[in-house]
Amino acid sequence: MNYVIIGNSAAAVGCIEGIRSVDPDGAITVISKEPYHVYSRPLISYLIYGKTDEQRMKYRPDSFYEDNGVKAMLGVAVEKVDYTKRRVLLENGEQVPFDKLLFATGSAPFVPPMAGLDEVKKKFSFMKLDDAKVLQSELNPESRVLILGAGLIGLKCAEGILRKVKKVTVVDLAPRILPSILDEEGSEIVRKHIEEQGVQFYLANSVAQFHKNTACLKDGTELEFDLLVLAVGVRPETKLAAGIGCKVNRGILTDAHCATNLPDVYAAGDCSESLDITVNQQRVLALLPNAYMQGETAGITMAGGEKSYNKAIPMNAVGFFGLHIVTAGSYDGEAYVVKEGSNYKKMVSKDNLLKGYILIGDVARAGIYTSLIRERTPLDSIDYELIKEKPQLMAFTAAERAVKLGGARNEN
Amino acid sequence: MKRIYVNEKWCLGCHLCEYYCAFANSGSDDMVKALKDIRIHPRIRIEEKQGISFAVSCRHCAEPLCVKSCITGALRADNGVIAVDKNKCVGCYTCIMICPYGAIMPGVDGSVVQKCELCTNNAFGEPACVQGCPNRAIVFEER
Ligand SMILES: Cc1cc2nc3c(=O)[nH]c(=O)nc-3n(C[C@H](O)[C@H](O)[C@H](O)COP(=O)(O)OP(=O)(O)OC[C@H]3O[C@@H](n4cnc5c(N)ncnc54)[C@H](O)[C@@H]3O)c2cc1C
Repeated sequence: MNYVIIGNSAAAVGCIEGIRSVDPDGAITVISKEPYHVYSRPLISYLIYGKTDEQRMKYRPDSFYEDNGVKAMLGVAVEKVDYTKRRVLLENGEQVPFDKLLFATGSAPFVPPMAGLDEVKKKFSFMKLDDAKVLQSELNPESRVLILGAGLIGLKCAEGILRKVKKVTVVDLAPRILPSILDEEGSEIVRKHIEEQGVQFYLANSVAQFHKNTACLKDGTELEFDLLVLAVGVRPETKLAAGIGCKVNRGILTDAHCATNLPDVYAAGDCSESLDITVNQQRVLALLPNAYMQGETAGITMAGGEKSYNKAIPMNAVGFFGLHIVTAGSYDGEAYVVKEGSNYKKMVSKDNLLKGYILIGDVARAGIYTSLIRERTPLDSIDYELIKEKPQLMAFTAAERAVKLGGARNEN
Repeated sequence: MKRIYVNEKWCLGCHLCEYYCAFANSGSDDMVKALKDIRIHPRIRIEEKQGISFAVSCRHCAEPLCVKSCITGALRADNGVIAVDKNKCVGCYTCIMICPYGAIMPGVDGSVVQKCELCTNNAFGEPACVQGCPNRAIVFEER
């Protein structure tokens, strides 16, 4: 068997480890346009901050490709896939044949048209190791940095660079930060915390026009800056897949085995959609754990094993300047909210299920809540009042605990 | 492989397992010096309420969600034992978000996480919490 994986990140690693759990011998080729050994993408902000370095941010050990018998073709882009002839065409003219193909192409930054953006000389995305390296080489203690986008990537960038520069300003169209994972109250707590560190926000605002190093905002504010970081949005990399007739919505459409509509072609990670069980809808869940687990499912399936990925939910664990946030699921339903000092908790239930939660500050044992969502645990089968107080196994029945902790077998 | 199992009927709620755990991971060979007047950070934790108590520590799952979810590659399974490479961990707490048992926790200063790594590298060949449990409510067995 000849497996080819386009992309060399979390989904690709999941696929390799998945294939190897079933098929020790098949040939695996990984092709990526980034010239690096597989690294942890979320760590690019920690690299600038100084909490990691290029060696430690490797997602798998140096011997990973060798240990797994993988041919890694790094630093070369795939230009096209010839599905009929079952081969992949590279930008350097090489061709790589495949029996089974995985798209693990991730996502690319999306930059909407903005007046005068061409005039800005020093502008950066914040998606790749190379982006971080270039940005780092341009930063100095006098830099004034303007970040467009108050989502996860923009704010992680702000955290990473704040201590290295003079000023960081963040502008976003949305009226609050992290709008896709936080409600209004939670968002305000986190915004205040980040502001206290020295980051300045302009929310419900946008750049009407750039004039060289000045951004004129919609509300008339003029901001001078030296470096511009564009973190407005990302778009799944679906071009190659669409080119051979894979069904693409926002991301590449896949079933529970991560198979596309074309035989022998699979997709995993940020380039694909999976079924979010909290809303029962296909969505792009652009998160590393999701990418790994989709990739693993694809790999096992490609190698002839049996695996379904049917517990996908949005879930985020992220910290800013020491304040931790864990969120999961969706927030449509009956809410239970507790606010104590800088700790914030929201739990949302519907139809006898926990659908989502937000924890800010005290995030201890959050996984117990996550598992209620993923496992669709009926809330009347546990002591919900008790578990609302804090995540604890005490809220389960003694029989269930005997399974979880005592090694007893589950009857069903 | 051998894992830690608890039998809550026999748990006295004495918290000795927590002390033995903290001591085993303190790097010290004097229990009094290691623990006296110190707020301990054990990797095994007792839950208790109205006469029921039991210890919770890493299950060393065969399909470890924490390892699959770890964004840095710091959590790895080595012959079934799940351990964290503190050098690689950045304290993002993704593992805390995903562990269904709540068995991974922030380390002492919160900058990395900590968890039970089945400390069997001692004279008894079994984890310290198992050794220290006076009522055999925590056992180390192949099941
Ligand atoms: C700054 C930042 C912080 C983040 N923080 C978190 C976090 O805290 N938690 C979390 O869960 N997620 C986080 N994420 C998201 C996480 O990084 C992604 O979900 C994850 O990397 C997705 O993995 P993937 O394998 O799907 O794709 P990607 O990591 O996007 O990798 C795609 C790969 O495909 C290659 N590729 C694409 N097209 C081609 C082509 N035509 N030819 C050859 N190669 C190609 C690329 O070079 C790349 O190697 C963060 C992302 C960023 C940018």
